[in-house]
Amino acid sequence: MKHLLTTQGLAKDDAILLLDTAAQMAATQSRENKKLPTLRGRTVVNLFYEDSTRTRISFETAAKRLSADVINFSAKGSSVSKGESLKDTALTLHAMGADAVVVRHSASGAAHQLAHAGWLDAGVLNAGDGMHQHPTQALLDAFTIRRHLVGGVGHDGRGADTSAGADLAGLRVAIVGDVLHSRVARSNVYLLHTLGAEVTLVAPPTLVPVGVETWPCRVSYHLDKTLEQWQPDAVMMLRVQRERMSGGSGAFFPSPMEYSRKFGFDAHRLAVLPDHAVVLHPGPMNRGLEISAAAADHERSVIVEQVANGVAVRMAALYLLLSGEVSENTDERTAP
Amino acid sequence: MTEAHPQAYVLRGARPYGTDPVDVVLADGVVAALGAPGTVTVPDGAREIDAQGYVLLPGLVDLHTHLREPGREDAETVFSGTRAAAAGGFTAVHAMANTTPTQDTAGVVEQVYRLGQEAGWVDVHPVGAVTVGLGGEKLAELGAMADSAARVRVFSDDGKCVHDPVLMRRALEYVKAFDGVVAQHAQEPRLTEGAQMNEGVVSAQIGLTGWPAVAEESIIARDVLLAEHVGSRLHVCHLSTAGSVEIVRWAKGRGIDVTAEVTPHHLVLTDELARDYDPVFKVNPPLRTAADVEAVRQGLADGTIDIVATDHAPHPVEDKDCEWSAAAFGMTGLETALSVVQQTMVDTGRMTWADVARVLSENPARIGRIDATQGRPVALGEPANLTLVDPSATRTIDGRTQVTASSNTPFAGTRLPGRVVATFLRGRATVLDGAVVDTAAGTPTSLEGAAR
Amino acid sequence: MSPGSRMPASSTTPAGAPAGPSTAPSSGPDRTVLGEADISRALTRIAHEVVERNRGAADVVLLGIPTRGVQLARRLAERLAQIEPSFDGEFGTLDVTMYRDDLRRQPTRAVGQTVLPGSLGGTVDDKVVVLVDDVLFSGRTIRAALDALNDLGRPRVVQLAALVDRGHRELPIRADYVGKNLPTSRTERVRVRLADVDGVPDSVVISPTASGSPSGPASDQDGGER
Repeated sequence: MKHLLTTQGLAKDDAILLLDTAAQMAATQSRENKKLPTLRGRTVVNLFYEDSTRTRISFETAAKRLSADVINFSAKGSSVSKGESLKDTALTLHAMGADAVVVRHSASGAAHQLAHAGWLDAGVLNAGDGMHQHPTQALLDAFTIRRHLVGGVGHDGRGADTSAGADLAGLRVAIVGDVLHSRVARSNVYLLHTLGAEVTLVAPPTLVPVGVETWPCRVSYHLDKTLEQWQPDAVMMLRVQRERMSGGSGAFFPSPMEYSRKFGFDAHRLAVLPDHAVVLHPGPMNRGLEISAAAADHERSVIVEQVANGVAVRMAALYLLLSGEVSENTDERTAP
Repeated sequence: MTEAHPQAYVLRGARPYGTDPVDVVLADGVVAALGAPGTVTVPDGAREIDAQGYVLLPGLVDLHTHLREPGREDAETVFSGTRAAAAGGFTAVHAMANTTPTQDTAGVVEQVYRLGQEAGWVDVHPVGAVTVGLGGEKLAELGAMADSAARVRVFSDDGKCVHDPVLMRRALEYVKAFDGVVAQHAQEPRLTEGAQMNEGVVSAQIGLTGWPAVAEESIIARDVLLAEHVGSRLHVCHLSTAGSVEIVRWAKGRGIDVTAEVTPHHLVLTDELARDYDPVFKVNPPLRTAADVEAVRQGLADGTIDIVATDHAPHPVEDKDCEWSAAAFGMTGLETALSVVQQTMVDTGRMTWADVARVLSENPARIGRIDATQGRPVALGEPANLTLVDPSATRTIDGRTQVTASSNTPFAGTRLPGRVVATFLRGRATVLDGAVVDTAAGTPTSLEGAAR
Repeated sequence: MSPGSRMPASSTTPAGAPAGPSTAPSSGPDRTVLGEADISRALTRIAHEVVERNRGAADVVLLGIPTRGVQLARRLAERLAQIEPSFDGEFGTLDVTMYRDDLRRQPTRAVGQTVLPGSLGGTVDDKVVVLVDDVLFSGRTIRAALDALNDLGRPRVVQLAALVDRGHRELPIRADYVGKNLPTSRTERVRVRLADVDGVPDSVVISPTASGSPSGPASDQDGGER
């Protein structure tokens, strides 16, 4: 695996390998010494054009637990408006000898361009590009769902995970909220489908993209009906950005109250779910808007565990990106 | 070659509009003789050109070219852009108004007009802005531009839509006084805020903000009704959707005086090309679906769409070598337009070479009201504005070796049929043996010249 | 990214040496140097030696190195339990993938499981750890195993059991218990087949291979070849 850019087209075997590797990584993270020597001497650059302290810290932790050198390159402010900045930054990272670049960018396709424009030959790991993809988020969501609903880890998170090698066949996942602008939704739809799960997107019609009909999922405009009649095994709430409800005639829904009433997840809606069902949220949450505090803090919420699993999944991705055979070109580049 | 006694040419065995071979003599800026091979009288010193198998067309006329000067000479100049136009077989171009400063006064359009004359590669007809600074708020001095030396007849805010319906109505009415036409860039601005590509299956998957077809179609629908109401002439720039073709077809059926253009790239490229996020495929209006491509081909073949216009939009490398959302809209087209039309319409049997002459020369000349000198028949006594094409040649496109100053061609690396062998502007060769004739440059010639 | 299987691959050649086995021997016959009975006898002898060396098996922890070392550890544990009733028959696995020094020279290796016997409470502190592997060759796998072990605690002593020692060490490492010393050429391949992994009768086979052949795919290395 040279790059991890999107879950669309990610082979099922590769997806399961990522999850299984993440499980082994997770196992090492309960030790007193959490650090592995695996990527010693490799350089991972966190190239963040968008503020995302949570994601950056998760990747930084993952890289450091594998003994890689981490360089944080915050390119905020010099981003999209200046045409060549991405290219020039890429050339700089190339000259510095980066082995992998973890990139977060507000422009859809930025990670793809970094990987394929010929500007640098490092492995590229997409940490979120515009409205397009955020593959490690989907992988950590799938990993969390698999642990609980296939691996038999209880709500307390203490049971042994017996899900190695397993997919998510037959599981039902509802993804609720601003699908239109969500890279998390796009990443999850494709990954969960590849792993055999059924997905229903639940959103007001204004927040469902035109063209969704080719996605491997179904779409509902009604949360209550979906929860009651479809009985999902997992419910994934998406963050609603504040700017989606402002903008006068361009607002996507009438008011936060109405959104909350129709699409917010709360204890009442949680009670409708089967007992084993889990609740996910990629964070950061708007408590009281898309999810109530009672639901977010409920024992069936795995939101905090998602954060921990994020480190394991990103360790797995970095390992699989960086441990393979290197070409002679790469050797020359890293030579003094 | 001396200008005192202009070089005469004899084209041996050329096929006008793809029909039977003839010999054609060009002398004194006009078609001096035309007849069956071996039957024409050739003046002394005429240069022989073996045109066996080549198609002879009236010189191509582009109604939609961005020459970028004044303001963005890093992308293109009037000189480099018109040189590229000649290389592509054109003898006249309409230079769009979105320069800096905007072509919204008599002074600026005359400047562009004179730059075109000085360059001498093709006739340059500046397009006047409809509104001051393309701002969409206040009519520019359309009459002054019409009365200027540039004699502007085509007015457009291209790049921006004249979206205010009252302003559009006034413009349509006002230009009637001098037989002008408003060329509308149909893009409803609110429906396209932040839009990056066609809204549909691909945009949904790759996460780029969608540009709905309805944003184009709703403006065209409004404008044809306005044109009908005030009895004005309307030209629709670069329509790109099946729905737009339908609306124009309906309007023509009602007798509304509307003409429409399609670009070469919308005849062949689709939004699937956005999947790799290469901004060379970012263009306004955006590349649409395969169904839209089929609809515009059909519309062009049946006459619903009157012309092919390049929307040649050169950009420097740095405006394309970046994130998709940061990149400029547009692609070059002057040097590939004829090949794309041949590939999509002639080689597929949907159009004849006479049809090509109609959509790439005669109709655009008529719409631009330059049909006294351009888009004329290939016939005795007509101005020798001609293009000689080798339809059997194929070439691989390379943006770096094109004549235009920019390299943002969407056809880089692809093989296209047809090659412009020679272009004649009033009898003077601007292209010979497939190469631009650089001694032709910098020779001021009167646009009226040999034309009658 | 896919290795041929999710089973961890074994090291096949010393790093830096002309790498690895090819998929097919170039010439000459295969030689079976140990059969089913030989392997069984060797394991029984090693079990006795472990007990004798450590004066019982009270603190002994067997850790097999995937893939075939795990099965050998399981068989050794069964034998130890027979010899020493106080031994609980448990064994563990120690994945060394993330500690290897050749990760960049090989196709990506899948990470295997590390599982300590449940009775240990997650540490090997003050235990007698016996690492179990199928073939001892360059010593680099064991070097990685020692590092991996280091992250799991501080054993009182670490010993090494190998079914076959084929020589050509590149590090100062030796086995405490050896089933069979096999003098080999570097260009030869040593393949260990175990019924519970490979589905064929237990055997150790030497086959000639072309020298300087390119590194084989991971799935090939996974076939217990050294």
